[in-house]
Amino acid sequence: MAKAKKPPKPEELAKIDYSPPETGWMDTPAVFKPGTFCYGARPKYLEEVGFPNPREWSSADEDWKLPENWKEIVLEGLGDRLKKYRSFHLFMDICVRCGACADKCHFFIGSGDPKNMPVLRAELMRSVYRKYFTTGGKLLGRHAGARDLTYDVFKEWWYYFYQCTECRRCSVFCPYGIDTAEITMMARELVNLLGCNTDWIAGPVANCYRKGNHLGLEPHTIQSNIEFMVDDIEEITGIRVEPTFNRKGAEILFVTPSGDLFGDPGTYTCMGYLMLFHELGLDYTWSTYASEGGNFGFFTSMEMAKRLNYKIYAEAKRLGVKWILGGECGHMWRIVHQYMDTWNGPADFLEVPVSPITGTRFDNARATKMVHVVEFLADLIRHGKVNLDPSRNDHLKVTFHDSCNTSRGMGIFEEPRYVIRHVCNHFYEMPENTIREKTFCCGSGSGLNAGENMELRMRGGLPRANAVKYVNDRYGVNMLANICAIDRAALTTLMQYWVPDVDVCGVHELVGNALVMKGEKKRTMDLRLEPLPGMEEEEEEEE
Amino acid sequence: MPTIEFEGKQIEVDEEGYLQNLDDWSEGLAKYMAEQDGIELTDEHWEIINFLRDYYNKYQIAPMIKILVKEIKKTMGADKGNTKYLYQLFPDGPAKQACRYAGLPKPTGCV
Repeated sequence: MAKAKKPPKPEELAKIDYSPPETGWMDTPAVFKPGTFCYGARPKYLEEVGFPNPREWSSADEDWKLPENWKEIVLEGLGDRLKKYRSFHLFMDICVRCGACADKCHFFIGSGDPKNMPVLRAELMRSVYRKYFTTGGKLLGRHAGARDLTYDVFKEWWYYFYQCTECRRCSVFCPYGIDTAEITMMARELVNLLGCNTDWIAGPVANCYRKGNHLGLEPHTIQSNIEFMVDDIEEITGIRVEPTFNRKGAEILFVTPSGDLFGDPGTYTCMGYLMLFHELGLDYTWSTYASEGGNFGFFTSMEMAKRLNYKIYAEAKRLGVKWILGGECGHMWRIVHQYMDTWNGPADFLEVPVSPITGTRFDNARATKMVHVVEFLADLIRHGKVNLDPSRNDHLKVTFHDSCNTSRGMGIFEEPRYVIRHVCNHFYEMPENTIREKTFCCGSGSGLNAGENMELRMRGGLPRANAVKYVNDRYGVNMLANICAIDRAALTTLMQYWVPDVDVCGVHELVGNALVMKGEKKRTMDLRLEPLPGMEEEEEEEE
Repeated sequence: MPTIEFEGKQIEVDEEGYLQNLDDWSEGLAKYMAEQDGIELTDEHWEIINFLRDYYNKYQIAPMIKILVKEIKKTMGADKGNTKYLYQLFPDGPAKQACRYAGLPKPTGCV
């Protein structure tokens, strides 16, 4: 049986060949290199959500078992989307090939493959668009940059549109504002029409549809995992926090990615939420139904994303909460911020969120009624409502990775920094062109965080890792904080590969460590149950 | 669909060798899978595999690593209750390798 191929050693991977192939791009076929693409979706996952063409297939095989009329399906799908999405139609037409985006993509920087230049990635689809949907392309063909949709072209789409993380860094630099992520989304919708999703995306989608979250955690498992964290919190602080589940009449529903309920270091972030909410005496509830903030459906089709997103409002309505608080997640916030109200709104059964502690009214969230936990906390800190001891994080030199979706997708730049500066004494920024709206992707977003495409992930993450290495060398940074569950999982692997002495955490892990809770015992351990350096000594000196 | 041949039967697995049908699991199969990786399953390995299977029966997913670590600490002592010990037993990682021998599916999502 084929096992996931391990990537080459970092020294080897860092030798990137930027010389373009001898042949023109249309004459250079896509080569499926092991370690740079994902497994094809299993039929059971497609069947569970009613996706087309469920069958046994392998993305490494020649024959993908497409339906006979596959070309018709794709072209019809493309035509439908050109009509439905004016942005997409515009992006197919307006590129002037200025090249401003060419070297802005982390996958191009890390691979040297010209088809990872955003302009050329989009051209893979534009060329087909021209051939079938423009007069010039129909008449002049290749002279007008048009080409036929062939089996190989379809596979080339698949290969390269699953080498884009929809991070939108290229769009920041495009003078026309072309959003290549939207082109990738359309491409993924089209391959999905033929059942050609990846297993790593289709699995979580099916789980989420059946069980409410990507991991497929059942209600008693969610409760048991959280209770386990509650035990750890008690061991660390001496305080027993008491979260509630599916509680009708709670003021706030809390929704976070299920990765926080299962995988380290997300679980430490989750402990941070639990501690903060307890300390505030927040009237909130967890839901074992709306138990996923993230939405891998977004990486298959808008329709699927809408179906999965629906449960958040449905649960808020069922429980009768006033508003929704959302955890540290990336693409969840892109969806909440830019799609949720149109898809599943209006949420007129909810109220405009008001912090019960400070009275701040979050008018920015008046459409969706969902507030980001970092925004919520920044407001609390601003009003002096939380007692924090940043010296407990003194052994950490922290830098902050802006997640693509929260930064470019909704403009959350200041809040996480404001929080970090209040819970840590040592904070250092990575270089200016690698943070905020120009942040470099983790290299594994949009459902690319599988195991079998590890070489691709390490290549795509190189620019981010390189910036971390810079602050590691210069300031001794040893902790990479972020506010996204995919980041917490993906950056951990990325750091182990490129910058092994840097660890990864969610912002709320730092918060949990710094939070001074009423009646707590002296902290000697951090949230990872590891000894807190310096705390013992400090005590002795005081005595 | 890839298969592995065991005791004259073709057993379906995914591309990374995880069982497709959890009912296909047997102790013999676990031993056979480990042998293919050059590992002989000891009592220490079985302690973990059995815990994983029991946990899965109850919760329909592999346990969080920290639950596994705590459990091992409880049953086998503090010196073994750490991820380092688990990696010694299962060099490809307890979450992956031990789950594969135990016949559990691999968790997916933001992990």
